[in-house]
Amino acid sequence: MNTISTKTITSVSRRGFLTAAGGVMLGFVLPGRKASAQQVGIPPGNLFAPPPAHKPNAYIHIGTDESVTFYITKSEMGQGPATACSQMLAEELECDWSKVRMEFAPVDPASFGHQTTVGSQAVRTAWEPMRRAGAEAREMLIQAAADKWGVNKSQLRAENGFVINPANNERFSYGSLAEAAAKVAVPDNVQLKDPKNYKIIGKAVKRLDSRDKILGKPVFGLDTRMPGMLYATLERPPAFGGKIASFDAAKAKAIPGVKDVFQTPRGVAVVADNTWAAMQGKKVLSVQFDDGPNAAVSSATIRASFVQKASEQGAVARKEGDAVAGLAKAAKKIDAVYEVPFLSHAPMEPMNCTVHARPDGADVWAPTQSPTTTRAVVAEELGLPPEKVNVHVMFCGGGFGRRGEGELDWVLEAAQIAKRIQAPVKLTWTREDDMQHDYYRPASYVEFSGGIDAQGWPAVLKAKVACPSFSFLRDGVDGTAVSGLSNLNYELPDMLVDYRVAATPVPISYWRAPGANQNTYFAESFFDELCALGSKDPVEARRRLLAKTPRLLNVLNVAAEKSGWGTKLPAGRFRGVAVGSNSGSFCAMVAEVSIVKGKAKVHRVVSAFDCGLVINPGILKQQVEGGVVFGLAAAAKGEITLERGRVVQTNFNNYDVTRMDESPMMETHIIPSTERPSGAGEATNPTIIPAVVNAIFAATGKRVRKLPLRLANLA
Amino acid sequence: MASVKFNVNGRPQTVDVVPEMPLLWVLRDVLGMTGTKFGCGAALCGACTVHVEGNAVRSCSTPVQNVSGKNVTTIEGLSTDGSHPVQAAWIEFDVPQCGYCQSGQIMQATALLNKNSKPSDADIDEVMRGNICRCGTYQDIRKAIHRASELKAKGGRA
Repeated sequence: MNTISTKTITSVSRRGFLTAAGGVMLGFVLPGRKASAQQVGIPPGNLFAPPPAHKPNAYIHIGTDESVTFYITKSEMGQGPATACSQMLAEELECDWSKVRMEFAPVDPASFGHQTTVGSQAVRTAWEPMRRAGAEAREMLIQAAADKWGVNKSQLRAENGFVINPANNERFSYGSLAEAAAKVAVPDNVQLKDPKNYKIIGKAVKRLDSRDKILGKPVFGLDTRMPGMLYATLERPPAFGGKIASFDAAKAKAIPGVKDVFQTPRGVAVVADNTWAAMQGKKVLSVQFDDGPNAAVSSATIRASFVQKASEQGAVARKEGDAVAGLAKAAKKIDAVYEVPFLSHAPMEPMNCTVHARPDGADVWAPTQSPTTTRAVVAEELGLPPEKVNVHVMFCGGGFGRRGEGELDWVLEAAQIAKRIQAPVKLTWTREDDMQHDYYRPASYVEFSGGIDAQGWPAVLKAKVACPSFSFLRDGVDGTAVSGLSNLNYELPDMLVDYRVAATPVPISYWRAPGANQNTYFAESFFDELCALGSKDPVEARRRLLAKTPRLLNVLNVAAEKSGWGTKLPAGRFRGVAVGSNSGSFCAMVAEVSIVKGKAKVHRVVSAFDCGLVINPGILKQQVEGGVVFGLAAAAKGEITLERGRVVQTNFNNYDVTRMDESPMMETHIIPSTERPSGAGEATNPTIIPAVVNAIFAATGKRVRKLPLRLANLA
Repeated sequence: MASVKFNVNGRPQTVDVVPEMPLLWVLRDVLGMTGTKFGCGAALCGACTVHVEGNAVRSCSTPVQNVSGKNVTTIEGLSTDGSHPVQAAWIEFDVPQCGYCQSGQIMQATALLNKNSKPSDADIDEVMRGNICRCGTYQDIRKAIHRASELKAKGGRA
C-alpha cells in the first residue's frame, strides 16, 4: 500500500538519510549540467537548473526489506509532484508501484541543486533527472543480478521489482540485490524507455499523499510537535512600512500559559505553552505603532497613481506592425480601461514555521515551496553555516506562490523568535495575520485601444499597462507584469503592448500564474469586445487568428465542440469562451452562465487542456478543475483594499472565496500528446475569468472591465 | 484553569486548561491530535470541524467547557485504516489536493450523511458550503459524498 513516510516529521539528518537502516542508498551520476540545460532550454545557473553534474544523487532507496523509498526534491502543496516524480522514477526503475513510499529530500545542493517548486516547473525540471535516476538504478540492479548468476546482463530484464533471467525464469527481488547493486559502477548513457511502453507514467495512479491526509495524519507544517516545544504568535505593525513605537507586555504576560513577550525585528512576539495562549496574549498586547511613511495610502490613492502612470511613456513589451497607424485606418475602434485589485493567496494552512535553534546548529520544520532558500534564511539569521541547518520539508496546506523564494518572511520571523528560546518554537500566523501581511497579487490597470478591419475582424490592439514590478526590469519591462499580453497568440497585423512600473508600498509577489492571471482576463475580454464590435462569433474570430498556434487552436476547437458551442441552450443560459497559454501549456474554456438577481451564476465549464505528455491524468484533472475554482474566486469575489496604509480585509468573512454551491459542473478534456511535459498548475485559473466575463456579456450586453464581479450590477 | 472531562473518539480525557480554550487547541496542542485543522479561528472555513454528540461543530469557536461530559469525534476517530465509508469514498475518488481542509470536509460530510443518508447535490451544496477548499476539490467531494452514501447503504459502518 502506498504511503508517505511515517518519518515525515521526525528528524532525518543528512547522516541518517545516507545510512538509512535496512538498505543501501544508491548514488547516481546525472548528466552534465550544460547538456541537460541545453536539452530543456534553460539557461544555466537559474532557479530551474538541473541537479549538479557528476555528484552522487540520491533519489532512490531500495531496502533489503523490499521497500522502495523515493526522495522528492519538489514541494507538495496539492499540485501533485510528489506522486508525479515518483511515477517517473518508478517507470524507469521497473519497481512494484504498490511498494513505493515517498519522503521529502533534505536540502542538499551538492546532490539536488537548488530546491524550489515555483512557476509550474516541478514536472518540467524533473522529467529528465527522475527518469534517468530510475534507469540508472534499474541497470545497476540488473548488473548485480548478472554478476550473481555469472551471465551477461544483456540477457536479463527487470520487471515489477525483480530482475528476471528469461532463459530459466530465475529471479532476484530488488531487495535481495540492493547491497550488491550499490557497489556496481553507475552506468553512463542509460537507455530511457520508449513512451509507448510506459506502465506507470500516464496512468491515473492514486496520489501517494492522499491516504494519510484522509486519515488525519500529522503531515503539514502546522502539525509539527516536538518534545518541549513552545508556541509563538507575532504582532506586526499593521501599516506597510510601519514600526513598533512601544508596547506594554503586562496584560499578555498575565495570560495563563504565556511564557515570554519580547520584541523582534518584525514585531512583538508572544511565546506560550499552547497556541491559544499565544493568540490571547497577542490580542491584549498594548502596542503603540508608528505607521511610517505610508499612513495616507489607500486603494483610492493607489488607483489614482496608476491612472497617472498610464499617461506616461511606457517601455515596449510587444510590437507588431504599427498600432498607431493601425488604429488610424481601422474601420471601427473601441477604447476600454480594465483593472483588477490586490488579492491574497489565502492558502488554507496559515503561515507557520517551527525552528529549534542551538549554538551548534538548528532544525527547521517548514511547509515551504523553497527548501534551499528556507535553509539560507535561517542560517543567516542564526549565524550558522547552512549545512548546520536541517530543513524538514513539510506538506504545504496550499501554496499558490505564498511559500516560495521571495516570500519566506514567516521563516525569518520564526528564526528571529527561536534565537531567544532554548527549545523548539512554532510560530503560527492567525488568519488575520495571513490576510493582512501577505505578498499580494498586485493590482493592475490597463488602457486598451483596439480596432477591426473593413471585414469586421480584429486587426489592431494597443495596451498600456500600469502594474507594480515583480522583480527586475529588462529594457524597462517586467516580463511577469505583462505576461499574458506580451505573448498574446493572436495574429494581429498591428499590436503594441507597453509597460510602466506603477510602484506601491504594498508587498507583492507571485500568485498562481503571476501576470497571466490578470492579463489573460484583460486580453481575452478585450478581444471579445473586438469580436462584438465586428459582429463576429468569438470562437470563429479566435480560430481565424490562431492558425499559427496549432496547439491553442486545437484546444479551442475541442472546447467549442465538447461544449456544444453554437447550439441552443436552456432559456437564460449563455456561453463565453476564452483561451490562454501559460507555462508552456494551452487551455481553452467555455463557461455557461445565467444571471440571477443581478449576479452571475456559473453552471458549467468545459475545458480543453494540452500540457504535452501527461504524467498522471487524475492529478492533471484536479489541477485544471481546481484552477477553475481558484480563478472563479478571483473573478467573482476577491478584493484586498487599503486604508491608512494597511489592508482592510481580515478573514474569510470579508475576503470570501469560492464555496461549494458556487463550484460549477466541470468537464475536462485532456489532449493526448507526446510533446515534452509542460506546466499544469497555472494555465487554467487565468482562462476561466474571461470565459465567465464573456458569457456575462453574451447574457447582458454588459462588459465587466473591473473585478471582482460582485461589485458589478448585472441586472 | 479548570479540569474538563469529555470523551474523544470513545476515550475519556481530562484536561486542565483555561475553560474558554477552544476545543481545537485542546485537541491539537494539549491532546496532540493534529488531524483537526486550524484555518480561520472564527468559524468561517470549516477546517476545524469535529462532531460533538454526532453534530458537526467548528472546534475553533467551541470553548472546551461546552463539551464537558460530551462525546467528541475527530477525523482520527472515524477509522484508522480508511474503512469508514466516507474515508473509503474519499480514497476511492482520490479527493484531496493539498488536503489541509479535508479533515473538516470529511467530518462535515459524515455528519450530513448521518442525518440524510441520500443527499441530493443541492442538499450537499447547502451543508458543505461552509467548508472552504482553496484547491477546488468541490466537484470530487460531491461525487465522493454520493459514493459514501452508497457504501453506507451497502452496510459500511458510519
